Amino acid sequence: MVYCLIILLFAVGLYGVVSQRNVIKVVISLVIMEHALNLLLVVLGYGKGGAAPIRVPGESPAALASRAVDPFPQAMVLTAIVIGLGVTVLMVAIALRLYQRYGTYDIAEMRRLRG
Amino acid sequence: MADLNLLPLAVAIPLAAAFLVPLVPKKSRALANAIALLASVGLAAVVLYLLGRSGSYAVGGWKAPVGIELRLDGLSWLMLAVVAGVSLCIVLYATRYMDHYTARGKFYALFFLMIAGMCGVVITGDLFNMYVFLEIAAIASYALVAFGCEAEELEASFKYAVLGSIASSFVLLALALLYGRFGTVNLTQLAGKIGSASEGAKPLITFAKVLLFVGFGLKAALVPFHAWLPDAHPSAPAPVSAMLSGLLIKTIGVYALVRLAFTVFGLTAGDKVSVALMTLAALSILAGNVLALAQWDFKRLLAYSSIAQIGYVVLGIGLATPLGVAAGLFHLVNHSVFKSLLFLNAGAVEQATGTRRLDEMGGLRERMPVTGATSMVASMSIAGVPPFSGFFSKLLVIVACVQATSVGPIRYVFALVAVVGSVITLAYLLKVQRHGFFGKLRDKWRDVREAPFMMSSAMVLLAVACLALSLLWLPGVRELILDPARKVLVP
Amino acid sequence: MNGMSTVVKTVARWVIGFILLVGLWLVAYGHLSPGGGFPGGVVIASGFILLVLAHGGRSADRVFPRPVARVLDSVGALSFLFLALLGLWVGGEFFRNTIQKGSPGRLHEVFNAGIIPFANLAIAVKVSMSFVVAFGVIAACRLRAGGAFESEEED
Repeated sequence: MVYCLIILLFAVGLYGVVSQRNVIKVVISLVIMEHALNLLLVVLGYGKGGAAPIRVPGESPAALASRAVDPFPQAMVLTAIVIGLGVTVLMVAIALRLYQRYGTYDIAEMRRLRG
Repeated sequence: MADLNLLPLAVAIPLAAAFLVPLVPKKSRALANAIALLASVGLAAVVLYLLGRSGSYAVGGWKAPVGIELRLDGLSWLMLAVVAGVSLCIVLYATRYMDHYTARGKFYALFFLMIAGMCGVVITGDLFNMYVFLEIAAIASYALVAFGCEAEELEASFKYAVLGSIASSFVLLALALLYGRFGTVNLTQLAGKIGSASEGAKPLITFAKVLLFVGFGLKAALVPFHAWLPDAHPSAPAPVSAMLSGLLIKTIGVYALVRLAFTVFGLTAGDKVSVALMTLAALSILAGNVLALAQWDFKRLLAYSSIAQIGYVVLGIGLATPLGVAAGLFHLVNHSVFKSLLFLNAGAVEQATGTRRLDEMGGLRERMPVTGATSMVASMSIAGVPPFSGFFSKLLVIVACVQATSVGPIRYVFALVAVVGSVITLAYLLKVQRHGFFGKLRDKWRDVREAPFMMSSAMVLLAVACLALSLLWLPGVRELILDPARKVLVP
Repeated sequence: MNGMSTVVKTVARWVIGFILLVGLWLVAYGHLSPGGGFPGGVVIASGFILLVLAHGGRSADRVFPRPVARVLDSVGALSFLFLALLGLWVGGEFFRNTIQKGSPGRLHEVFNAGIIPFANLAIAVKVSMSFVVAFGVIAACRLRAGGAFESEEED
């Protein structure tokens, strides 16, 4: 079920990036795509019972491994979220300056580079 | 592994420089330049120290798959050497070139972040780590392309950032799928698991392959994923263009593609992926060269030429035969050197004359002898004129193409494309030389001066390398440098 | 950039304290429960963003002056690098946990994970200051289509 949501989000994001004319909407679509991927990563780590990977005192590693979700995707997602955030901040800053130079947020109007 | 302890320094040194330089007050230009040069020299020293060593290094003492594994082998070393060597020359050039921009500290910070990211990509043995470093280098490059904040630079940077982010998300998607199925992101372990994967996993593996192909293909600017490059590379300041064309598309594009294709997915000569790679490479050669011929903007012409030359590299490596891979890698090294040199030349010309249009230049050779001479060296090298390095690498790619019987009769088509491409390359480079440097000196350029010492010495260094690299194919030298790299891919 | 109405400003003032506290908790307990430097730093940064949105760029600048944030940014990154190199120097391997007592160490205690809490702290400083700077720059710019880029900073 969650996988359908992920595919939907990714598709929406990709479609948005390709078709939107407003620069800010393009950035938002990229963010949606990244959210879909982060969600996919987290869901992949989900195991039976779904307990958080925090050890209770006295528990052996094997017992923990069998009842907890996989912590590695969680670590990956943390990193991926921050990377996505960095890209977003950069693109928003560029978008603001683009507005300054071209007077519009419409990428169809920004065609000074040709060939 | 005690002697590999210096390996993480390849990433740590540029990273340290990236964060030290912004702390320097704006007035002390010399200090900022000194830190930058020191870091580049330090990186080169570390890479020299690592020559001939190989092995894997568990970061923090945590063994894979729990920990991150760094791998040094012939191929990683070659890429590190290229990055360290070329970036040293570019930093030398940039110390003077950046006098025209105000935010030098930020420039160096981004620049060294990009270098750190590239070094990280080539030494890591872990797919997720590769993704992280890939993003570091890519984001730094998006910011660097937009550095001058002119309208065109921003537009180019935005387009580049959007396309690059899509490519990165494809890579992340492939990573997620592979991890979900195989439970590891370590490259060697993935290779083992994919090799022994069941039939049911094959569709997933193919899908991941395609995603990675598209993602890294875009980073490497292979046709049809090249759309961002002709806008991004010319718009950036000259040292950045040199860095992008000369190093970035090779490390995070070609290297990553090749490492994954051969090591993880087990590419062999004659299989479908190999033919697909070569087809795209051939298209790149054609499209890049033909479009370059039509350009009158110096840097845009060079950008299209980069697309074409990457085509040669991928053509060679895509053959997956020992000669092909060695030739492709040789051309990769060569191209880093001469394309960077050409972009530095273009930058020097732009600073001196204020224009990038070839039809406005003329006879600059008289006023800018060093720039003119080095650009001649680089041009002859790319065009494939002996005794420059480009001649050997291109010839070897073509020969390897013809000799690769496992590919079938289509290899003659590829070889023909490569030869035709060479001719067109010669044509447009002659155009550059004729319109830019030779011919009658126009009146408005009478007072133009040669590039400052730092910039010209960097260009001379690279030009010397163009000649010196021809020696890379000599049997003694080849065993030391090219063969270990080739053996990693095709034993 | 101007702030918002008094209602928003008052509520924001209460909430920011909690946000910063959550961020600091994420950083401090990063080695025991999910969290760590990265998300902790981002939460602290989002507290700052709330400050900017509610009170305006100028007030936010007074709380976190931009030059200080820039310096802290570099310091955070360099201290992280220093910790990693310390591992190389003392322990013989890059990033080795040099202060860890025993292996795998006594779990559940705040002070025994060696260099990890310090690394978390360094990363949190770096991440939060980066976003303070980035968002501060974005907030400081006054948009006028086609005109020169106006900003309240000197470079």
